[in-house]
Amino acid sequence: MHSLNFWPSTVDGLTLGAIYALIALGYTLVYGVLRLINFAHSEVFMVGTFAMLFTLNGLGINKQETGIALVGLLLLSLVVSAAASGATAVIVEFVAYRPLRKHGSSKLAALISAIGASFFLQEVFALRYGRDQRGFPDMMSDPTLFTIGGSEVNLSKVLVFFGAIIMMVLLDLFVNGSRLGRGIRATAQDPETAVLMGVNIDRVIMLTFLVGGLMAGAGAMLFGIRFGITQYNVGFLLGIKAFTAAVLGGIGNIRGALLGGLLLGLVESYGASVLGSEWKDVVSFVLLILVLMFRPTGLLGERLMRARA
Amino acid sequence: MTRSRVMRSMGVIGLVAAMSVLGVACGNSKSGGNGGSGGSTIAFMGAGTGPDAQLGINISNGAQLAFNQWTSKDKKKYTFTKYDTQGDPTQASSQAKKVVQDKALVVIGPAFSGESKTADPILEKAKIPSISASATAVSLAHQGFKYWHRILSNDDVQGPGDADFMVKTLGAKKVAVIDDQSEYGKGLGDAVRGQLKKDNVTVSPSGTLDPKGTDYSTTVNQIKAANPDTIFFAGYYSAAAKLVKQLRKAGVKGHFVSGDGSQDEKLATQAGTAANGALLSCTCSLAVGSSDPAAQKFEAAYKAAYHTEPSTYSAEGFDTMNIILQAIDKGNTTSAKINEYLKTLDYKGVSKPIKFTDTGELAGNLLFFTEIVNGKLKFLGDAKSSKPVNGG
Repeated sequence: MHSLNFWPSTVDGLTLGAIYALIALGYTLVYGVLRLINFAHSEVFMVGTFAMLFTLNGLGINKQETGIALVGLLLLSLVVSAAASGATAVIVEFVAYRPLRKHGSSKLAALISAIGASFFLQEVFALRYGRDQRGFPDMMSDPTLFTIGGSEVNLSKVLVFFGAIIMMVLLDLFVNGSRLGRGIRATAQDPETAVLMGVNIDRVIMLTFLVGGLMAGAGAMLFGIRFGITQYNVGFLLGIKAFTAAVLGGIGNIRGALLGGLLLGLVESYGASVLGSEWKDVVSFVLLILVLMFRPTGLLGERLMRARA
Repeated sequence: MTRSRVMRSMGVIGLVAAMSVLGVACGNSKSGGNGGSGGSTIAFMGAGTGPDAQLGINISNGAQLAFNQWTSKDKKKYTFTKYDTQGDPTQASSQAKKVVQDKALVVIGPAFSGESKTADPILEKAKIPSISASATAVSLAHQGFKYWHRILSNDDVQGPGDADFMVKTLGAKKVAVIDDQSEYGKGLGDAVRGQLKKDNVTVSPSGTLDPKGTDYSTTVNQIKAANPDTIFFAGYYSAAAKLVKQLRKAGVKGHFVSGDGSQDEKLATQAGTAANGALLSCTCSLAVGSSDPAAQKFEAAYKAAYHTEPSTYSAEGFDTMNIILQAIDKGNTTSAKINEYLKTLDYKGVSKPIKFTDTGELAGNLLFFTEIVNGKLKFLGDAKSSKPVNGG
């Protein structure tokens, strides 16, 4: 039994949870619209981390930047990562799912196609860039901004947490407030009626993948700031965790992904502190099973889209 | 003139190619035809790909260099074959079966302790002698095997040696000991913990981490709360890089000390400036910057062949291959004869003097230290006389 280290564990749990939540959005959006688990989403995230690495290396960053240069660098990384992940997600949809959908194949076939796309992307990156872990250049100093309950909170953690929250608020506004968002919600509710009402299903699906990919790319960039490391299979474990977060919050539910991500991050952090790191995953999956036993549709329920429409 | 030289070198290349084809064909017919009389394959077992492949590649590069330098007239009868285990115990056991099927003469490896656990019994049963250039788990020597050897001291030497170094040279009063729960990491971590307690040094916190994980904040927070003056990590370089990076980012000062699993320049490329000052122990010797002419020759040849300095286990890989080739030169052309030869061996390697005990262990207890200085490995020499450059 170790000490809980309450405040440091809370800060780190929320930081990691925010990244989980951003990735979880991709699973949740696609599930909401297609009732499909996009297992290639973890690789969509991985592509984003590599995009950031190449941006930093391409710019020849080898010292810590400050001020405007740092802000510019962070924004550029965000744009490049989001674009790379978004493009990957759209391509995966176009190559791996759309042909199957056109032939009216089963959900199971699409699932296998997803796993295939996942392995394909992993191996392409492993063969092209090696299987070794790769470190990011040290792009920013990480000063302590303030302390909560004796726990120092660094700049990177603040950036990650609030960056993720801002992205999710923007997404929520987009889906619930815009015309395109209405198309997504309509398709999620009832695809056939949506078509009858003049919604272009293919475009909506593509948009859904794009938005999920953009969020994963943002998550990848924040992951890069926080951990500064990537590898061809970096998405595997994170993808499983993010998927867990999506189910925990209620898959198909955007706010559920946020809640699930943060909760999972916190529980993991507390569990690892008290019981030891080796119990981290046990604790989080016990939580998942308990939640599903009493609330089979997750904490916020599967169908927020339907209820809110 | 130029033209004829080109033609001549083309001819030599052709001849070598033809010879190697013949050699392979000969080897195949031999191992296929009369199985018992000793194979022609010198096998290497270790990671050629996978997350910690660099260590395996260092060994096979050293061994390959020694094989290439071999001048025996029988050279064409023998091949040096690499069996990629990816450092994974499951892969290692299936590769060991392949090694047996191919009727290998002798095995260099397996490289890691975890994979040795699964592969060694298969090699032992097939009576194929093995010499590991890097597996340091203590338990490997306690299985009563007759064909197993390693050319470096085990974790029982490394653990207490590391603890003594931290206490005597670094003046540690409170040490955090973290292991990666692997066969190797747990063994080394426990050995360090045991010796530190004997030396009346506080171990806090004592913990583990998941080498496949990314977020080590729990461990970092525990270390931060306990505020030790030295942190010892028992595991491989990819996890060490993540840990030291997150420790330094969280503002944790203090020496970062680790074992041979982390002794690789990739620790510096992956962790960046955070790795500077890391002190890495190994029962292996880098053999870089030595005053021994044989070691200097090895260093130069290695650099010429691979355009990089010899790295962790390269010298041991080189020595292991040379021991095998010496055995063959002395007429020991079957697995059984080579195994007998190893019992009487007294060899002056570029890494260290090599002699085996009855259990296959290296005779004598030797530990060496290396420091990461400006992103490069700097060999400090024997642990008892090592002086850190930056002091961690």
